[in-house]
Amino acid sequence: MGKTVLMQGNEAVVEGAIAAGMRFYAGYPITPSTEIAEQSAVRLPQVGGKFIQMEDEISSMAATIGASAAGVKAMTASSGPGFSLKQENLGYACITEIPCVVVDVQRSGPSTGLPTSPSQADVMQAKWGTHGDHPVIALSPSSVRETYDLIIRAFNLSEKYRTPVIFLMDEIVGHLREGIEIPDPKDLEIINRPVKKFAKQNGLPYHVEEGEWVPTMLPFGQGQRYHITGLAHGESGFPTNDNATAGKLVRRLIDKVEKNYDDIVQCEEVMCDDADVVVVCFGGTARAAQSAIEQAREKGIKAGMFRPITVWPFPGRELEKLSKKVKKIVVAEHNDGQILLEVQRVVKNNCKVDFVGKIDGSVLTPPVILSKIEEE
Amino acid sequence: MSASKKTEVKEVKKTATKAPAKTTATKAERTKMEIRLTGSGGQGVILATIILAEAGVEAGKFVAQSQAYGPEARGGSCKAEVIIDEKPIGFTKVEKPTFFMALTQKALDQYAPGLSKHCIVLLDSSLETPECLLANKVYKAPILESAIKEVGKAMTANIVAVGAINAILNLVSDEDLHTAVMSHVPKGTEELNEKALKVGMKLIKK
Repeated sequence: MGKTVLMQGNEAVVEGAIAAGMRFYAGYPITPSTEIAEQSAVRLPQVGGKFIQMEDEISSMAATIGASAAGVKAMTASSGPGFSLKQENLGYACITEIPCVVVDVQRSGPSTGLPTSPSQADVMQAKWGTHGDHPVIALSPSSVRETYDLIIRAFNLSEKYRTPVIFLMDEIVGHLREGIEIPDPKDLEIINRPVKKFAKQNGLPYHVEEGEWVPTMLPFGQGQRYHITGLAHGESGFPTNDNATAGKLVRRLIDKVEKNYDDIVQCEEVMCDDADVVVVCFGGTARAAQSAIEQAREKGIKAGMFRPITVWPFPGRELEKLSKKVKKIVVAEHNDGQILLEVQRVVKNNCKVDFVGKIDGSVLTPPVILSKIEEE
Repeated sequence: MSASKKTEVKEVKKTATKAPAKTTATKAERTKMEIRLTGSGGQGVILATIILAEAGVEAGKFVAQSQAYGPEARGGSCKAEVIIDEKPIGFTKVEKPTFFMALTQKALDQYAPGLSKHCIVLLDSSLETPECLLANKVYKAPILESAIKEVGKAMTANIVAVGAINAILNLVSDEDLHTAVMSHVPKGTEELNEKALKVGMKLIKK
């Protein structure tokens, strides 16, 4: 551990990403994510990387995918309006299995909404924003330090499972400054994509070895030509209309995430061991919830907090277990009830589920959450 | 590393139930500083809170700095906050300011209703103090005027303010504050900002 430094959440995204090996950033600045572009522009040239400001968010996403296909760990960042524009190419990264990290620092919508105000209303967009059945991994940090650690994990998961990972931040954490200790690079676990010599795969770029979930990857432009397409494809990488081949591909794309639940899914339980009431929240909202449950405990109410760190896949197994032990769950989020739907799906009738949300761009405060905890 | 089909044993990050730290109200007030600085966009109140946060980190404390502003680059009300505490900080926004500063009448009128009788208030001398202002103590100091007349540059008002705030609150040592200011001002303006900091400190009579 080094010296404690004052750092903004958005800066921690860039520092963590560089520690994870990010060497390419393409983006189009937008509040409240702009500092990610600014910091990447300063830092990437210092470590031999490339920064490019593209003409819009669509091309930013395309450039990010292109850089990654060429063998470089790549990232782009935006907020809601830009995240909407990235959806088409996000699906392309899913089906072509090109690793990349897409940061969405959520702000109030819809459309350009309230540019400088917090929100968490892109939860369902992160899962279903791009069309078709596809895998989704989305991580959400609740402090500056966790942002640093989690963006590294975002790159690791992206590389390991050859899939885009969405880093679902909010203005609260993105614009928050805290003192953090930067970990020693030697202590970090960094995962790189599985790379193999082409010849070993019989010239088939999308051939998956027995016992593996993803094909090994050959950096584009390094000697051997192969086909990358958004159309359904078999091992050769060329388009096909064959139903069996297409079905096998989509099944594997979904399963490589769903069947590795235990490796991917993370959640945090705070003071849940004896809790009667549990607040379920993610990202920046967890800071208000933390204060609210402490205040509830001071009043003699046994309150705890359950926080999905991976928003997708949703940590349903852990929450289901917890819901059988508690009397009430309060879902708190800066939207009109999105994680709420997942909670209701998982909890069913195990306990009462209450909701407190925000849609006006202001911040959920501890007293508001506390009064929901206290409600009979 | 490949995505092997073997799955690993998974751990849920758990924090056990702890009895909340028993602090009396007065002690809690003393350790946790909730600072809210307000003014007009472009006056540098956000940078002022960043500098205070940096000084807090230098002094080994927990800090959380944040801001609220509109989409306009200049003008418009701006609110910037920093919490400085001995303990880890939960909610990152200021709920009940223990210290409040306003540099413009508009910001004062907008944010004054959120104040309580526990709050220390610093107002620029050019402002009219509202009759109903709730505060423990109100300081008035010519922050904007001193920046222009004594330092020689209006844009140093935020650094003048930082000097005055630390003179009132004794948040950190003068040395930590100086380090924090120097690490956040543009190259070539060090001398000017050093002067602004000293002017600010002297504005408050001990």
